[in-house]
Amino acid sequence: MTRELLQVHNLRVGYKVFDGMLQVLDGIDITLCGSERIGLVGETGCGKTTTAKTVAGVLSIPPASILAGDVYCGGSLLVKGGFSRFKRDFARRVSMIYQDPTAALNPVFTVGAQLMDAIKHSTFGGQLSAGAIRQRALKAFEDVALPDPERILKSYPVQLSGGMRQRVCIAMALAVDSEILIADEPTTSLDVTIQDQVLRLLGQLVEDRETATILISHSLGLVRTWTEHVYVMYGGTLMEAARTQSLFENPKHPYTQGLIAAIPKLTGGGISRGIPGRIPDYLNPPKGCRFSPRCPNAMPVCDSERPAPIDVEPDHWVKCHLYQEG
Amino acid sequence: MGKEILTVVDLKKHFGTPFGTVRAVDGVSLSVREGETLGLVGESGSGKSTVAYVISGIYRPTEGSIRYREHEITKATKKRSRSLKKEIQIVFQDPGSSLNPRRSIKQILGGPIRVYSDRKTTQWSNVVAALLETVGLPIEYMHKYPRELGGGEKQMVAVARALATNPSFVVLDEPTSALDVSVQANVITSLMELQNEFELTYLFITHDLSLMRNMATSVAIMYLGKLCEVATTEDFFQSPLHPYTRMLLSSIPTVSDEEEALKPKTIQSSGEIPSPINIPPGCSFHLRCPEKEGICTRVDPIMIDMDETRSVRCHLYTESSRGSAERE
Repeated sequence: MTRELLQVHNLRVGYKVFDGMLQVLDGIDITLCGSERIGLVGETGCGKTTTAKTVAGVLSIPPASILAGDVYCGGSLLVKGGFSRFKRDFARRVSMIYQDPTAALNPVFTVGAQLMDAIKHSTFGGQLSAGAIRQRALKAFEDVALPDPERILKSYPVQLSGGMRQRVCIAMALAVDSEILIADEPTTSLDVTIQDQVLRLLGQLVEDRETATILISHSLGLVRTWTEHVYVMYGGTLMEAARTQSLFENPKHPYTQGLIAAIPKLTGGGISRGIPGRIPDYLNPPKGCRFSPRCPNAMPVCDSERPAPIDVEPDHWVKCHLYQEG
Repeated sequence: MGKEILTVVDLKKHFGTPFGTVRAVDGVSLSVREGETLGLVGESGSGKSTVAYVISGIYRPTEGSIRYREHEITKATKKRSRSLKKEIQIVFQDPGSSLNPRRSIKQILGGPIRVYSDRKTTQWSNVVAALLETVGLPIEYMHKYPRELGGGEKQMVAVARALATNPSFVVLDEPTSALDVSVQANVITSLMELQNEFELTYLFITHDLSLMRNMATSVAIMYLGKLCEVATTEDFFQSPLHPYTRMLLSSIPTVSDEEEALKPKTIQSSGEIPSPINIPPGCSFHLRCPEKEGICTRVDPIMIDMDETRSVRCHLYTESSRGSAERE
């Protein structure tokens, strides 16, 4: 809560395709403070992963290109005026857990070799002897509650179950003592019981280390149990941001409301009809609010004018013309 | 409640692999009543899809019997009569791969109509149009190809294909797990409306318990090829009996405090589902069970009927079987 660790300001990212430029991210503003846990929720194709990749510096340029925006990380500028100045030292500050652990791990190397590589190339890796690196790797596997770390160190990814592979990825992300952890749908490919275990473990670990974390997910339930601050994303723009509790008790944006209503509840009582329509065409995105074609409360102004963030409560803003004064 | 439409008794399906026999389904008994939705829930690898495939005739069961109305249908689809095949249809998990990308929606829906109806071929278009209307898609969609549709729309085409033969029993194998929640909501409400309209009976397979709460009339929980608990949805969520059920419920991420209050507090998820090649001896769940006792590692519990609609397979509820096993 103390200092601002990561600041994303008006980030715009596009992908070049045959027909032109897909305007995916359009003005993303995110602030992450030390040891805070924030969540980024949205549906498939809303640009969550693109945001994560840009911040982590693993966006492949081309086909992607950063059109505008600044990204600051701990006072240093990662992206300025759309130009990526990504350097190795920055890469070491951010680590990432990917959605599919099977694809994130190289199948032809043992997980131990991959973990030890990650440690070797971390900020402190240069000073460590091979033995010390190995010790750290074993310690990392112990931390993520993998049984028999010695054996796991020599295993190939195929020999491990899905839950274990994701634990290996978490071990890799945390063993390098980065300041920011980006978890991109870390449990989407796992069963609920395993998801529960993995997230509990991850929560414990980031708490102990005071790592600032961005959890990216399409599951509002996960974000609610796991984060302190939530950003709701739709069609490459942020729609609403608030403290987690306030967002779930008092969702303002029609999209957030629709999304929460569409979730099947344990209490029963049926579910809503969902949100009609599809995500916008990024080649020709709507000029005004990107949600306006699907919005049940759309007004003429929504088609033409982009809404600015409006504070509805302390620490809770929404980009919607419904809340515009006057 | 209607009469029983489908009864499965001691169903087994084993697959031979170079590493040993995979006992994907290992003694499942269940019955579905007319007009209800039976939810079959389990983690990946629990064998729930195999049950679906065996019932719809894609696999031939290794052992056990399946009865549909008065017919014994324990045989592969090829040997089922045409009128029977018409009755039982299936909707698959991923509409992206279950619809042929090179066929238009009209061709996709026309297939089952051509095979199963007596209508002359010239009338196809009308039937296809009627079908699209039933599932709430615009009629122009018949000239489109699957790639031009969104995920939810594709799944509705798959539903329309299943309904093309006018079935009374539809197996839904995780129909919405590939979809976003906002789209899922629409597909699920449409499915429920169609059920009312055509008096359909569903076997609904999912791993999402909160979805089950809103969709199913009764729920069966599956673990490693066997059922753990069967109950009506109300009972099931009010008072889950089996430790595995409680573990599943406690793992669900929720969006409100009211929901949170329904989750069992005393249990935490631990362990992973073992390989179905090496099923642990005794109760297959004992490795993860927080309430396991000596007997669980040795004796596989049998299904006990708690009351008319509810049964559970756990030693916690069999005082007598525990006593007799100790004596042995």
